Amino acid sequence: MWAFIHKLGSPKWFYTISAKLQPWFWAAAAALIVTGTVWGLAFAPADYQQGNSFRIIYIHVPAAFLAQSAFVSMAAAGLVFMVWKIKVADMAATVIAPFGAAMTFVALFSGAVWGVPTWGTWWMWDARLTSMLILLFLYLGVIALRGAFSSRDSGARAASVLAMVGVINIPVIKYSVDWWYTLHQPATFSVTSSPAMPMSMWLPLLIMVLGFYSFFTALTLMRTRSEILRRESRKRWVRELVRETR
Amino acid sequence: MDNCMGQNKAQENRTQQGVTSTSCVGVQGARGGLSIALGATLKRDLLLMLRHRGEVLNPLVFFALVITLFPIGISPDPALLTRIAPGLLWVAALLAALLSLDSLFRGDFDDGSLEQLLLAPQPLAALSLAKVAVHWLLTGLPLALMAPLLGIMLSLPAGSYAILALSLALGSASLSLIGAIGAALTVGLARGGVLLSLLVLPLYIPVLIFGAGAVQAAIMGDGAGAHLAILGALLAASLALAPWGIAAALRISING
Repeated sequence: MWAFIHKLGSPKWFYTISAKLQPWFWAAAAALIVTGTVWGLAFAPADYQQGNSFRIIYIHVPAAFLAQSAFVSMAAAGLVFMVWKIKVADMAATVIAPFGAAMTFVALFSGAVWGVPTWGTWWMWDARLTSMLILLFLYLGVIALRGAFSSRDSGARAASVLAMVGVINIPVIKYSVDWWYTLHQPATFSVTSSPAMPMSMWLPLLIMVLGFYSFFTALTLMRTRSEILRRESRKRWVRELVRETR
Repeated sequence: MDNCMGQNKAQENRTQQGVTSTSCVGVQGARGGLSIALGATLKRDLLLMLRHRGEVLNPLVFFALVITLFPIGISPDPALLTRIAPGLLWVAALLAALLSLDSLFRGDFDDGSLEQLLLAPQPLAALSLAKVAVHWLLTGLPLALMAPLLGIMLSLPAGSYAILALSLALGSASLSLIGAIGAALTVGLARGGVLLSLLVLPLYIPVLIFGAGAVQAAIMGDGAGAHLAILGALLAASLALAPWGIAAALRISING
């Protein structure tokens, strides 16, 4: 078990192992997302209050899930990099950050589009909207900090520290924003106003969430592989690989 | 290992390439000198700041100016100003504190004394805590003391002045600690100032919420005890955790 993890830390091993794993995750992502989309958009019943506009949930909720999970996995990768100096972990953190920021943006944007038919406005200072916006700024900070260093190693370590500081702060920010919202504004609307979802709506959502996670894993593997090739381009095994494929 | 080497260098200078074998014993002895080192850092930083009075005054002037802009920009109506005063005062004080953060480690980084701080046998986390303490003493505390004066100008009710000053004093200590992590991360960068605000402002939000909430509660007559308690809790948490982050960030900035 430990030997396997140690091997995973070597870029070359990660490259070969991920080549085997990658197609499975892509296949799972494609199957789940297609099933979930068709089921959710075409077959799930319309909401009795919101009508068909509720179907945005099949994009919005998975994106919001991933926005948070990606930050946690980025910070975990940063911790692994800082403690054990495993370069692959930093490569993964590098490619997770833009993806997480994109997912946060998708969640915010789909929420805004959803807000028009349900709330009658593009933006409300709702607790969840606000904390997602702050999460987006945290992502942008990590990306900008990494880019600001001329030495890649310093940038990697600085971004890891910031990601860890951020992940400690996310619960604090979340709870204080929730608390702020309940104090300042009585809840006029709530996204979850419709009580416990019926199974026919909930199952496609679950499939979509799983599909998004598979997509996240597959994409991270793929982009980490290209990051490995880029950073290790002078190593002998990469050169041999390039010669073979040419 | 680093510590021994630092000690070695110092001894070499003193004994002119003489005996260096006792250096690590010397380090053990120096660990006891933590309070001396803390005192020396505090004294040095205070002295430096007092010799650059402009740097101490700038955030205060900025604070007063920003507060002046709001009635001009929004409305001089006292009733409206009373409503938005807690938030205005807190946001302006937060920005003023942010403005002074960039210089927290900048001077020491430029003249190399930050490297000496890293080489010192005492833990870097403790020494950076001393530097942050000086920053709070000369930025956060004066801002807190000045805020009631600006509160009068925003027609804040008389009962809330003490709470305003107290919440700012408590909160700005957390702001200094959290901000110092960002300052340490960006000190090695040529134009770290804008980046610093991007890194630090999202982390400031909890402090802002409870700080402004405390003043709001005092105006409403709800009693600000709970808010102040949470501000204290945030301070305790950042006091325990932030020094390690600052030390790690300083090491990255110096080595990178």
